[in-house]
Amino acid sequence: MGRRLSSRLVVNHLATALCGAMVLVALIPLLSLLWLVVSKGVGGLSLGFFIHRPVPVGEAGGGVGPAIVGTFTMVGMACVVALPIGVGTGVYLAEHGARPFARGVRFLAEVLSGVPSIVLGVVAYAMLVVPMKRFSALAGAVALSLVMIPPLARSTEEFVRLVPPSLREASLALGVPAWRTSLKVVLRTALGGIATAALLAVARGAGETAPLLFTALNNQYWSLRPDQPMASLTVQIYNYAISPYESWHEQAWSAALVLLLLVGLLNLGARLALRDRVGGRR
Amino acid sequence: MRRPTDTGTASAAGLAPPPPGPGPGAAVATGDRIWDIGLVAIGSGVVLVAGLIVFELSRTAAPAIDSIGIVPFVTGSDWDPVSDRFGALPFLYGTVVTSAVALTLALPVSVGLALFLAEMGPAFLRRPVSFAIETLAAIPSVVYGLWGLFVLVPVLRSPVEPFLARTLGFLPLFRGPPIGLGYLAAGIVLAIMILPTIASVTLDVLRTVPLPLREGALALGATRWEMIRISVLPYARPGIVGAALLGLGRALGETMAVAMVIGNSPGIHASLFSPGYTLPAVLANEFSEATGAVHVGALAGLGLVLLGLTVLLNAAARLMLVLTTQRFMRRAAA
Repeated sequence: MGRRLSSRLVVNHLATALCGAMVLVALIPLLSLLWLVVSKGVGGLSLGFFIHRPVPVGEAGGGVGPAIVGTFTMVGMACVVALPIGVGTGVYLAEHGARPFARGVRFLAEVLSGVPSIVLGVVAYAMLVVPMKRFSALAGAVALSLVMIPPLARSTEEFVRLVPPSLREASLALGVPAWRTSLKVVLRTALGGIATAALLAVARGAGETAPLLFTALNNQYWSLRPDQPMASLTVQIYNYAISPYESWHEQAWSAALVLLLLVGLLNLGARLALRDRVGGRR
Repeated sequence: MRRPTDTGTASAAGLAPPPPGPGPGAAVATGDRIWDIGLVAIGSGVVLVAGLIVFELSRTAAPAIDSIGIVPFVTGSDWDPVSDRFGALPFLYGTVVTSAVALTLALPVSVGLALFLAEMGPAFLRRPVSFAIETLAAIPSVVYGLWGLFVLVPVLRSPVEPFLARTLGFLPLFRGPPIGLGYLAAGIVLAIMILPTIASVTLDVLRTVPLPLREGALALGATRWEMIRISVLPYARPGIVGAALLGLGRALGETMAVAMVIGNSPGIHASLFSPGYTLPAVLANEFSEATGAVHVGALAGLGLVLLGLTVLLNAAARLMLVLTTQRFMRRAAA
C-alpha cells in the first residue's frame, strides 16, 4: 500500500461512478423502447383494432382481432401439453431431487431451456407440418409447448422447494402417507408458486414469434380450426414491421403495445399469485 | 428436503402401534409406489422431449447431409437454394460476429450494473433496478426487433456509423457505407437482450461470495473498490464467466430481433457496418418457403448446428456456475 489514501479514494469513487453509469446505460434502451411503443402505438388503439380482422394496404381501419384470438388459442392448446409435463417434472425434481436420474433430468431441463426457440419450431415442423402437408395451429401449439416445458419445470421445482420441510415432517409425523403428504400438504402449499410458474410460462409462450413462423404461419381471416394456419400477435407484428407500408408500420406499433400489455399483465398476475399464497414470502 | 425412505413407520396413525403384517401399511406402501412411479414417468418426459428434438432434426437434415456431406456443408461459403448449393459458413460467421459484438457490449455493462447494485450503490435502488432488468427480460423478441428496425437502425445510419468511420475508420471493422442494417445493429440489439441474463446471474453469483472474505479485506484497510478487486471478483470469476456463457448462448439463438435488423444477405464481410445473416435468421426467413427435401434438410442442418452450439455453451455455463456455488458450500461446511 505505497499509494496515498487520497489517490486510492479517488480510484474508489471513479469505479463507483463508472458502475453507477452502467446502471443508466442499461436503463436507456428500456426507457426508449417502452416510451416509443406507448407513444407510437397508443394512437392506433381503438375498439375496432381489437375486434376487426386485418385489411389490405390502402383501406382504412383493420385490426388484430384474429391475431389476439390466435395467440390465446395456441397458447391455450400448448398449455394442455406443457402444464402437465412441465409442472409434473418440476414436482418430480423437487421431490426426488437428489437421485442421480433426477440430477440428469434437471441438467437436461436447464440445457433445453437454452435451446433457441426457432430450433423447436423446426422440430414441430418436422413432426406435424411435413406429415400433414400444411401449416397448422396444432403445429404452432406443439412448438410453443416445447418452448414452455423446460423453464416451467425449473421454476415449478424452485417454488415447490420453497415449502418449509417442517410442514412435510409434521404431516408425516401425524401418520399421513408420504404420497398424500406430497399431494395434499406440500403441493397445496406450493399452489401459488406453481400458478406463478404457469403464468410466467404462458407469458413466455405468448411472446414467442420464431417457432410460429413456419408452423402456424399466419392468417388474415378468423379461424379456430387447429388444422389450419392461425394468426398470432407476434407474427402479425413481424409481418407488419418488415412490410414497406407506413400504415402497417403504425399497426405494428399498436400491436406491439397490445402484446406488451398482455405480457405485462401476465407477469403482474404471476407476481400477485406468489404474494398471495406463499405465506407472505416477498 | 429428501423424503424418508422408511415410509412404513409414517403409517402408524393415531396412538396404536403399527399393525403387523399386511395391514393399512401395505396400502400406504402401494400408494407411495404409485406416486413414485408416476413422478418418475413424468420426469422422464423431459428426456423424451430431448430425444425427440435430436431425432426429428437429424431425420429432417439427413437428405441434405447425404447429398452434401458434413464438412462441405459446414465449411461451404456459398448459399444458393436455387442451384441447390448450401454452405453454412456465412451464417456461422454472422452468428459468431453478432454474438461477439453483443458480449463485448453487454458484459461490462451487466457486471458494472451488478457490482453497483450488490456492492456499491444505495440499497433502495436494488428493487426498482432489479424490476427494470426483469422487465427488460420479459419483453418479447419481436418488439426488440421493431424498436431496432425503426429506432436503432436510423440512429446508426446517422450519426453513429459515420462518426465511427471518421474516428475508428483505420480499423477494417468500421469501414464501408453506413447502411444502419447490419452486424453492428444486430450486435447492439442482442447486447440489450442478453444484458438481463448476464446481470441477474452475476447478481446471484455475487451473493454467494462469503462475507468473511469481504470483511477481511475491509479490515486490512481496503477501500470498497479494492475490496471488490481483491476479494469479490477473484472469487466470483468462474460464476461471471458462466453468466457470460449463458448470455452468449442466448445471443447465438436469438432470432426475430436479429432477422429484422441484420439486413439478411449471406456473405462474409470484415466491416460491422455491412449486412449479414445469422443461423436463426435464415431459418426464420427461408423455412416457410423452402421447397425440396435438400433445401429443408439444409435448413434443418443449420438448426442442428445451432442446437449443438447452444447445448455446449449452456452445459459449460452450468458447470462454471455449479463450480462457484459448490466451492462456497464446501467452505461453509468446513
